[in-house]
Amino acid sequence: MFSLRDKALADDIISQIIKAKVHLKFMHVCGTHQDTLVKHGLDVLFQKAGIEIGQGPGCPVCVTTPKEIEEILLLAKHGKTIATFGDMIRVPGVSSSLQQMKTEGCDVRTVYSIEDALSLAEKHNEKEVVFMAVGFETTAPTTASVILQDLPSNFSVLCCHRLIPPALQAILQMGELKIDGFIEPGHVSTIIGIKPYEFISKEYQVPQVIAGFEPLDLLMAVWMLVRQIQQGEAVVENEYVRAVKPQGNRKAQQRLQQVFEQFDVKWRGFPIIPRSGLRLQKKFESYDARKKYEDEIGSLDEEEFSEPVGCLCGEVLRGLISSKQCPLFGRKCTPENPVGPCMVSGEGNCHIQYRYSKK
Amino acid sequence: MCLAIPGKIIELDKKKQNATVDYGSGTKRKANVSLVQVKIGDYVLVHAGFAIQVLDEKDAQETLALFKEMLSLQEEK
Repeated sequence: MFSLRDKALADDIISQIIKAKVHLKFMHVCGTHQDTLVKHGLDVLFQKAGIEIGQGPGCPVCVTTPKEIEEILLLAKHGKTIATFGDMIRVPGVSSSLQQMKTEGCDVRTVYSIEDALSLAEKHNEKEVVFMAVGFETTAPTTASVILQDLPSNFSVLCCHRLIPPALQAILQMGELKIDGFIEPGHVSTIIGIKPYEFISKEYQVPQVIAGFEPLDLLMAVWMLVRQIQQGEAVVENEYVRAVKPQGNRKAQQRLQQVFEQFDVKWRGFPIIPRSGLRLQKKFESYDARKKYEDEIGSLDEEEFSEPVGCLCGEVLRGLISSKQCPLFGRKCTPENPVGPCMVSGEGNCHIQYRYSKK
Repeated sequence: MCLAIPGKIIELDKKKQNATVDYGSGTKRKANVSLVQVKIGDYVLVHAGFAIQVLDEKDAQETLALFKEMLSLQEEK
């Protein structure tokens, strides 16, 4: 019921887009959108119609910084049990990766949900369990929900959550490429709704459409962006009405407010983006791994940790180049032997490109 | 990472905190439903073990018709 398939309609949308005779550059910020675009050949179809669509920083694992990875590696080294999502485990840090440390005897677990990490702590009170919390507004409410529970003292969180709208603003402010429209991430938007995007259209005159993840959703979103541009409009529209309510998920928003505070944080490939990070409020500091294990982590300086040699993940994340333009792509850097995070994560631009490339 | 899968709520605990979600093809899993207000039979989007939004069946059924209407309005111009 929730999958949209209608070939005649798709053809109709495409022919209207072609008829518009445009030359435009759009950006989306979601690995699942990238997957749909590449898997169904929509990226090529849009290119033929004069529309380039780049991914931008839409992969939470990819934008996690080398410093944050070093923090979790230090905790693993100091005997903590590390629990996090699968992709995070394989991202190479400066000194090692969680996967490498696991082979060296550290306790590293892949979990599907923060609740799995919590159960692990409840079952093993002899272990100090640290959950590395990555993800955007979609995932942050799950962390908040758990923090508000009665937690065992052997459980803590290394919080690396980030927010999408400040990153969109950063891209426009940096001005490295002209963006004619944003395709906004449907599942982030189920939580935040429409309003948090509005200042972007107002201040920068950039049209935005919130989109779902079926091929028809993306075709329609692009069509809506083109229509806005033709009509000289710049507003936030919602294509994904079956899942995104204009007000978002209030209960989830409330939990975010109860648990986190916004702060300035660096993203991989970006400078520090004001108020784009979420950290635990002071009252929850006994569950904040950075406070709890201050002595073990110390105070790491972001500047001390450089990107892997030759890796262009930063340029890919800022939408400046496509994966294939990176000299390491498919040669030195493959999913089996990734150099940068965009080749590790299933949401990463390089991994998606590699996955669907006919070799 | 922000992947969310639609499924149908087939069991709900008394506190309405946890549910069993049927994703079709025999796949059933527990999900935390404390972020949404649901009843048995509702469709939800599940992300990282939590239902993050209730899907609107009516909106879903009408989506294609809405798209067609938007396209024909544009063509008339």
